[in-house]
Amino acid sequence: MTTVAPVKTQYEAIIGLETHCQLSTQTKIFSSSSAEFGAPPNTNIDPICMGLPGVLPVLNQKVLEYAVKAGLALNCEIARYSKFDRKQYFYPDLPKNYQISQYDLPIAEHGWLEIELVDKQGNATRKRIGITRLHMEEDAGKLVHGGSDRLSGSTYSLVDYNRAGVPLVEIVSEPDMRSGQEAAEYAQELRRVMRYLGVSDGNMQEGSLRCDVNISVRPVGQKEFGTKVEIKNMNSFSAIQRAIEYEIERQIQAIEAGEKIIQETRLWEEGAQRTISMRVKEGSSDYRYFPEPDLGPIEVSTEQLEQWQLELPELPHQKRQRYEQDFGLSPYDARVLTDDRNMAAYFEAAIATQANPKQAANWLMGDISGYLNNEKLSITEIALKPETLAELIGLIENSTISSKIAKDILPELLTQGGSARELVERKGLIQISDTGALEAIIDQVIADNPKELEQYRNGKTKLLGFFVGQVMKQSGGRADPKQTNQLLAKKLNP
Amino acid sequence: MASIRTLHQQLVKKERSAIEITQEALERIQAVEPQLHSFLQVTADHALAQAKQVDDRIAAGEDIGWLTGIPIGIKDNLCTQGIRTTCASRILENFVPPYESTVTAKLAEAGMVMVGKTNMDEFAMGGSTETSAFQLTANPWNTSRVPGGSSGGSAAAVAAGECTVSLGSDTGGSIRQPASFCGIVGMKPTYGLVSRYGLVAFASSLDQIGPFARSVEDAAILLGAIAGYDPKDSTSLKVAVPDYTRFLTPDLKGKKVGVIRETFGEGLDPEVEKVVQQAIAQLKALGAEIREISCPRFRYGIAAYYIIAPSEASANLARYDGVKYGARVANADNLLEMYKRTRAEGFGAEVKRRIMIGTYVLSAGYYDAYYLKAQKVRTLIKQDFEQAFEQVDVLVSPTAPTTAFELGGKTTDPLSMYLVDLMTIPVNLAGLPGLSVPCGFDSQGLPIGLQIIGNVLREDQVLQVAYAYEQATEWHKQDPQLT
Repeated sequence: MTTVAPVKTQYEAIIGLETHCQLSTQTKIFSSSSAEFGAPPNTNIDPICMGLPGVLPVLNQKVLEYAVKAGLALNCEIARYSKFDRKQYFYPDLPKNYQISQYDLPIAEHGWLEIELVDKQGNATRKRIGITRLHMEEDAGKLVHGGSDRLSGSTYSLVDYNRAGVPLVEIVSEPDMRSGQEAAEYAQELRRVMRYLGVSDGNMQEGSLRCDVNISVRPVGQKEFGTKVEIKNMNSFSAIQRAIEYEIERQIQAIEAGEKIIQETRLWEEGAQRTISMRVKEGSSDYRYFPEPDLGPIEVSTEQLEQWQLELPELPHQKRQRYEQDFGLSPYDARVLTDDRNMAAYFEAAIATQANPKQAANWLMGDISGYLNNEKLSITEIALKPETLAELIGLIENSTISSKIAKDILPELLTQGGSARELVERKGLIQISDTGALEAIIDQVIADNPKELEQYRNGKTKLLGFFVGQVMKQSGGRADPKQTNQLLAKKLNP
Repeated sequence: MASIRTLHQQLVKKERSAIEITQEALERIQAVEPQLHSFLQVTADHALAQAKQVDDRIAAGEDIGWLTGIPIGIKDNLCTQGIRTTCASRILENFVPPYESTVTAKLAEAGMVMVGKTNMDEFAMGGSTETSAFQLTANPWNTSRVPGGSSGGSAAAVAAGECTVSLGSDTGGSIRQPASFCGIVGMKPTYGLVSRYGLVAFASSLDQIGPFARSVEDAAILLGAIAGYDPKDSTSLKVAVPDYTRFLTPDLKGKKVGVIRETFGEGLDPEVEKVVQQAIAQLKALGAEIREISCPRFRYGIAAYYIIAPSEASANLARYDGVKYGARVANADNLLEMYKRTRAEGFGAEVKRRIMIGTYVLSAGYYDAYYLKAQKVRTLIKQDFEQAFEQVDVLVSPTAPTTAFELGGKTTDPLSMYLVDLMTIPVNLAGLPGLSVPCGFDSQGLPIGLQIIGNVLREDQVLQVAYAYEQATEWHKQDPQLT
C-alpha cells in the first residue's frame, strides 16, 4: 500500500451533504406539544404527534417562517406554492408509518452558501457551494434498544416519541465539495447561518444538526462521477472532516487495488476512526410518496416574503467582510469573532462605546476567550460589560494603567463586573507618570543599591533592567515604564 | 322516535324529561337490537348521565337548544373520549381514545345524549356493513337484507327508532346509500364544511361526516350543529354556518333541477328507475324546472375512486402496527413478524384488499399510470359538475342503483359490491353536498332514495328541494314493521 501516496493526486473527491436541522420552535411542527430536548421519555407527546386514529396535522406557522428565512439566507428561490407529501415506510419510531415531508415541491430550491477557508498563512479563499433544495418535515421518535445498540440483535426496544414531530429542515447541497475540510466548513457555515437566523441551535451532540455525507472519487479529468457512498453518524465537524478523509483514502485504495466501489451506507466509528459498512443499497427505496391530503397547499404571499426578507439579520459572511473592511481585522480574526453571534454582538457593542477594534479583538480572542474556555462559559454569561472592556482599553490607551495592570484586574472584572476606572482607583493602580513622584522612587532605589550603581557605572549597563524592576517593585507595578526608563537613564548616567 | 321539534317542545313544556326520552330510546334498543345489531356498544350509563344533566339544566330554568336532550347514535369511527372506538375492526377492538372528536364534542356541548356507537363496515370500507369484524346489521324493513353501508348501523338505528338522529361518515356514499336502503334522510355535506378531527380516516380527501334523520328538518338541525370551521382540521372551510332550517320552504317555483342522464340506464333496477322518475315528476309538479343534464365523465367515478381512496387508505391505516395502541400479536420473534402478524390478524379481507390496491398503485413506476391519472379524472368529474351547475340549481339521480340486497348477497363479489356506490362516488370526488331522501318503495316494500346534489356549499338548495319534496309526499312517514 505504500504505492498509494504518489498517485493520490490523480484522484478527486466529489462530496455533497444532506443536513437535517431541527428548528427551535417552541412547539412541534403539526401539534402543540413542546419541542424541547431532554424531557423524560414520552412526556412531550400528544394524540397528533403519536399518530392516534382520527387526528389531523395543522402546520405550525413558525416552521414555515423559519424554513423560508433559512431558504432566503441560503440564497434560494422560495416556492410561492408548495405542498407536503407523505413519505411511507414502516419503522417503530415513526408513529404513522409515514413521515410528512416535502417531495416534488420543496419550499426552497436553487441556492448557494459561500464558505471561506483560511490557510495557515491567514489567506482566505472563498467558494460557493450550491444548495439543491431545502424542505420542511417532521422528525421521528427515538429508539433505545435492549441488548444491542441496533434493532437487529436486540431483545427488546423502547421508543420515546418526544422527538416525533419536532420540526426539521432538510438541506441538500450540490456535490460541490472536494475535501473533508470544505465539507466541514460548509457544515459549520450552515450552522452559523442557522444560529444567526435564530432558527436552530445547531447542537450536534443533541442531534439538532445531523449531516449525512455523499462521497465518491474519480480520476482527475474524468467527467462521470464514481460510485457514491453515504456516510452517517458524525457527531462533530472534525468527525465530518476525518470521516471524509478516511473515506477518500479507502475508496482510492480500493480502486487502485482493482476493487469495485459498492453503493452503500457506511457508519463513521469515532472510536476506531474509520467507516464501516452498514447496509448495501439495492436500487432506490420506494417511499410511495403522494400529496398529504390532510394539509392544504402552502402559499407564501409577496408581502409575507418581503417581510421575512426584511427581518433577516446580517449574516456571518457579511459580518466577516465588514469586520475586515471597516475595522481592518485579518480574515482569521474576523472569522473567530463572528463564529458565535453573541461574541460578534459583544465585540460590536464594545466598538460602539469607542473601543479600539483591534484591541477589542485581541482582548476578546485572547484573555477573555481563554477565561471562557477554562470556565466553560459563554460570552453572555460574564459580568464584564462590553462598555467596560472599552473603558479598560481606553485606560491603557491614555496611559492611566499599563496593559500588565489591565491583565491583572481582568479576572475581577470578568467575575464581579463594575467600572474599570473605579476598580483601578479603588485599588490605587493608576500609573505613576508624575516626574517628581517617579524621581523620588528612583532616587530611593539608587540609594538602596550602591553596589549595583557602581557596577553599572563601571560599564555593566545591562543592570538598567534591574533598576527598572526595582522601581516597578517599589511602585507596585504602577510606574510608567517609558518614563521610568528615561528618568533612570538620566540618573544613572549623570 | 318523534322528531327533534316534537321532543324539544315536550322538554321545554316539561311534558317529558330528558331521562324519559333517553329511556324510550334505550328500551327500543333493547327490544330491537336482537334482530338488528345496529349498535356495537350501547352507552346507557353515559346517556342517562347526560340526560340527567339536561334535566338539571331545565329544572334550573336554563334555555335549551334544539338538540338538548335528543338521543343520538354515533358511528364507531368517531373518537369518543373514554369510550371505546373500534371502527368495527379487531385491530382497534379495545381502543379507548384519550380525546374527543370535534363533532361529538360540539354535540355534547349542545346537550345531545349519545346512546351508543353504531356498527359499520370495517374502517368504513364496504357498502353493506358486512365487513364489520363483530356483527351483521339487519335492515329494519327486511331483516334478511343489508342496511347498506358503510354507516349501516347509524342508518338502521334511526330507521328503527333506536335514536332520533345519528352521525355517519361518507367517503363514497356511506351515508346516502344506507339512508336510501333504510328509508331515511342522509346527507353528506360539502367537503370541509364539517371538521374531520377525530374521525378515524379512511380516505382523507373524500371523508365527510354527516347526519341521518327521519326528516329533512331534523337533518338540517343536526347539520347546523356539526358544521363550521375547526382550527384542528386544515381542510375545514372558513365559512359562516347559516341556520339551515330557514331554507326549508315548500315552494320549488323557479328552481332548476337537473337530472343526470348517465345515472339512468344500464345497471339501474327498473323499479328504482320508475320510482325515481315519479319523484322527478313530483318535483316538476311542485314548480321545479326539470332539465336533463349530461355528466359524461360520471361513469369513470368508480374507477378513479378505487385508486384514490385505497391510496390514501393504505397510508392512513399504516399506523395500525401493534407498536403504540390497538391489537398486537403475542410472541412475535421480531419486529417484521410483529408487523405482519398483527396486521394479518387485525384487519379483515376487504381492508387488506384496499391496502394492497393502494400500496400497489402508489408504487414506483405505477404512480403516474394510476394515482396521477385518477386525480386527472377527478378534475374532469369536477368540471362536469361545474358545467352542470352553470345551468341548474341542483342535480338529482337515484341514490343507489338497487334497493337493499340480501345479507351475504355480494360478499363474495367485491366488484359488484363496489358498484352500489356508482351514483354517489362522483359527488365525493367533486367534494359536493349530496342528500338522499325517501322517494318510494319497490314491490318488496324496500325503500328507495332520491339523491339531490348541490353545488359547493349550497346545502341550502339541497335541503330546500329535499324538504319541498318530502312535505309533498308521505314516504318519510312510513315505519318499518319490526316485531
